Amino acid sequence: MTELSDTILLAHGGGGRLMSDLISKTIGPRVYSSAPALTDAAEISVDDCRILFTTDSFVVQPLFFPGGDIGKLAVCGTVNDLAVSGAEPLALSLALIIEEGFPTADLERILDSIGKTAHRAHVAIATGDTKVVEKGAADGIFINTAGIGRKKLAASLGFHRIEPGDAVLINGTLGDHGMTIMSRRQELALQSPLQSDCASLNELIALLLEELSDQVKFMRDPTRGGLAAVTNEIVQACGCGIELIEDALPVDPAVRAAADILGFDILNIANEGKFIAVVSPEAQDAALEIMRKHPLGLKSAFIGQIGPKQPHSLVELTTRIGGQRIVQMPYGRELPRIC
Amino acid sequence: MRLDVIQSARSDMEQACAAIGRLVQVMEVCGTHTVALFRHGIRSMLPANLKLLSGPGCPVCVTDQGYIDTVIDLARRPDCLIATYGDMIRVPGRNTSLERLTLPNVRVVLSSDDAVALARKHPDKTVVFIAVGFETTTPATAVAIRQAQELGLKNFTVLCGHKRVLPAMHALLSGRNDKIDAFLCPGHVSVILGSRAYESVVDNFNRPCVVAGFEAEQILMGLAKICRQIADNRPAVDSVYSLAVRPEGNPVAVGIIDQVFETCDGPWRGLGCIPDGALRMREQYTDFDAQKRFGIEQFPTEEPGGCECGKVLCGLVEPSQCGLFGKKCTPDHPVGPCMVSTEGACAAWYKYQR
Amino acid sequence: MCLAIPARIVEITGDRAVADAMGNRWAIRTTLTPEVKLGDIVLVHAGYAITKVEEEEARQTWELFAQIAEMEAEQNQAKGAEQ
Repeated sequence: MTELSDTILLAHGGGGRLMSDLISKTIGPRVYSSAPALTDAAEISVDDCRILFTTDSFVVQPLFFPGGDIGKLAVCGTVNDLAVSGAEPLALSLALIIEEGFPTADLERILDSIGKTAHRAHVAIATGDTKVVEKGAADGIFINTAGIGRKKLAASLGFHRIEPGDAVLINGTLGDHGMTIMSRRQELALQSPLQSDCASLNELIALLLEELSDQVKFMRDPTRGGLAAVTNEIVQACGCGIELIEDALPVDPAVRAAADILGFDILNIANEGKFIAVVSPEAQDAALEIMRKHPLGLKSAFIGQIGPKQPHSLVELTTRIGGQRIVQMPYGRELPRIC
Repeated sequence: MRLDVIQSARSDMEQACAAIGRLVQVMEVCGTHTVALFRHGIRSMLPANLKLLSGPGCPVCVTDQGYIDTVIDLARRPDCLIATYGDMIRVPGRNTSLERLTLPNVRVVLSSDDAVALARKHPDKTVVFIAVGFETTTPATAVAIRQAQELGLKNFTVLCGHKRVLPAMHALLSGRNDKIDAFLCPGHVSVILGSRAYESVVDNFNRPCVVAGFEAEQILMGLAKICRQIADNRPAVDSVYSLAVRPEGNPVAVGIIDQVFETCDGPWRGLGCIPDGALRMREQYTDFDAQKRFGIEQFPTEEPGGCECGKVLCGLVEPSQCGLFGKKCTPDHPVGPCMVSTEGACAAWYKYQR
Repeated sequence: MCLAIPARIVEITGDRAVADAMGNRWAIRTTLTPEVKLGDIVLVHAGYAITKVEEEEARQTWELFAQIAEMEAEQNQAKGAEQ
């Protein structure tokens, strides 16, 4: 339906429709030997051992923000991709692309943060690479981390396991990371009390899998493109609809106000310490109880349900006044609006 | 939230619409209402014979293509710095959009004040402020122009695309669509103009005009009032947004608009030329007029083929009745004006109710 | 057509002010509403206050202000408990 434009747009990297098109039509056919499973991490069998493998690059601006920095993000992002795929993260690689002239003190701060975050997540930084490029060829610093993890025996996760009636849960408030970053962008000049939710989720997810094993059917972290992108990906992949409940979505009032000021839809905003879990309805209460006991899950909530499997399934939202609307895959780039 | 208010508004609407006993067509003139109606899921809660028409209430949508092409031409000039609200970034001209051009000299601003600041910061460039919007947004442009004059800023210019809402409402009822039974009037335009401004619509056309804000409760209360007025055949100006809208509006803001701008006939994308429907800078401010500064003759217009936006904006067809909707014309590849902005009738339909 | 957000004036000098919505603060101008004072609630569109609104009515009408009221009540309660 859509053609690739002559040049790559920012929106092609935004986790929305443009990126999904770029991957499926341009990248996929050229580089993948088989159709990619569109999961956060790929499963590789080495002899009898099931290994999960993932990679992620980090190009955030500003580099330092309340609640984290690009280093913490680079560890958490890859750890979380492994964790939501049902793996215990084992080791990460760390590749730095640094712009000439970058302050050493900032680099040290970022590296300390990487070390601390990896230590806390019980994951080793096992190998790395450092490149320096000419001034102007990068924006301060770019980081790539790849990670491997051991598949947990209890985990049986996948789109194919999702069934009508399953519960959709989230471990806390929506939009904190994205709105923190946006409000810190210089051109917006918004002073806000917001804090990124950036965190490693492997411990919380391990607790959930240990207790509930295969009653947890699918997990994903709603990063770029937010809840709207993740729920739409689920619907596209499993064929079932999703019915979200607006009143049930946890959102911090300050985050909501910041989104209102800039004209953003909170459902499209990135999170870095959140995951969506699809669990069997019988396990819903137990799952919430486990999640709420963990510091990263205090505001865990049931936010919706998997709907029937039918052609052209959609993500739908029951609004707070009881109306119905569709939640679309976001475009990929949120712009501040006045109308 | 006040469920009781919602319940009573819904039952008022049901009763009134039952009493009317025919199709009732209410036009929301404001794009923010269009989006709010979808976001709250209000369309799914209305009486069967109450139909909402999405009017020409999105300033981006009604900005004619020639204007967009002019913006894109100016963005290509290395001596220009384009200051625009984020809303305009994705709007396509004939061949491309600001987003697709990926030029370094396009800046998103949150306020006209930021555009003036850009001009002070970049004395080597001429800042062109992309001034679109209705009466809510126009005063901010006027203040910026006045300020640029006070500061003696030679490198600040404005490409004026401001439009006036009331002439468009008159134009709709004078021939383009006489089936509109009433208007749900825009909340924030009315903050500036005042609810009294709609008396001319009631006097000339006998149509109810009710001003509402954007919370679900207010929209439903506004619609309930409209239905009641129609049922009783007593069209009047009313408001359920007294919190922000006064009968006389904001005279300071209106005064600033009048000081800097004068009324002129102007093109509305999809609707054609509307008498008194646009604004231009008064003689004493033409130094700041980008059109004059860069010798732009006029905005050449050209409507895309097969597009039914004109009829959509008049409430004559629903977006889904257009042959291009959802096929050739999508939010990623918009053909017509109503698909270009999140507030556009077609984009809102596509996003929330496809 | 026009997004506008209610916010409280927390700093003001001439027609330049700082608006606050749930702790988010940004620079606005009050050129169009010369009557506003420190502490007033205004409706902000594209960086300009376009009208002053009454606090009590704002709380009844806007979800956001209802939440602020709720939060303030909770804080006061907490303070009360401490004392």
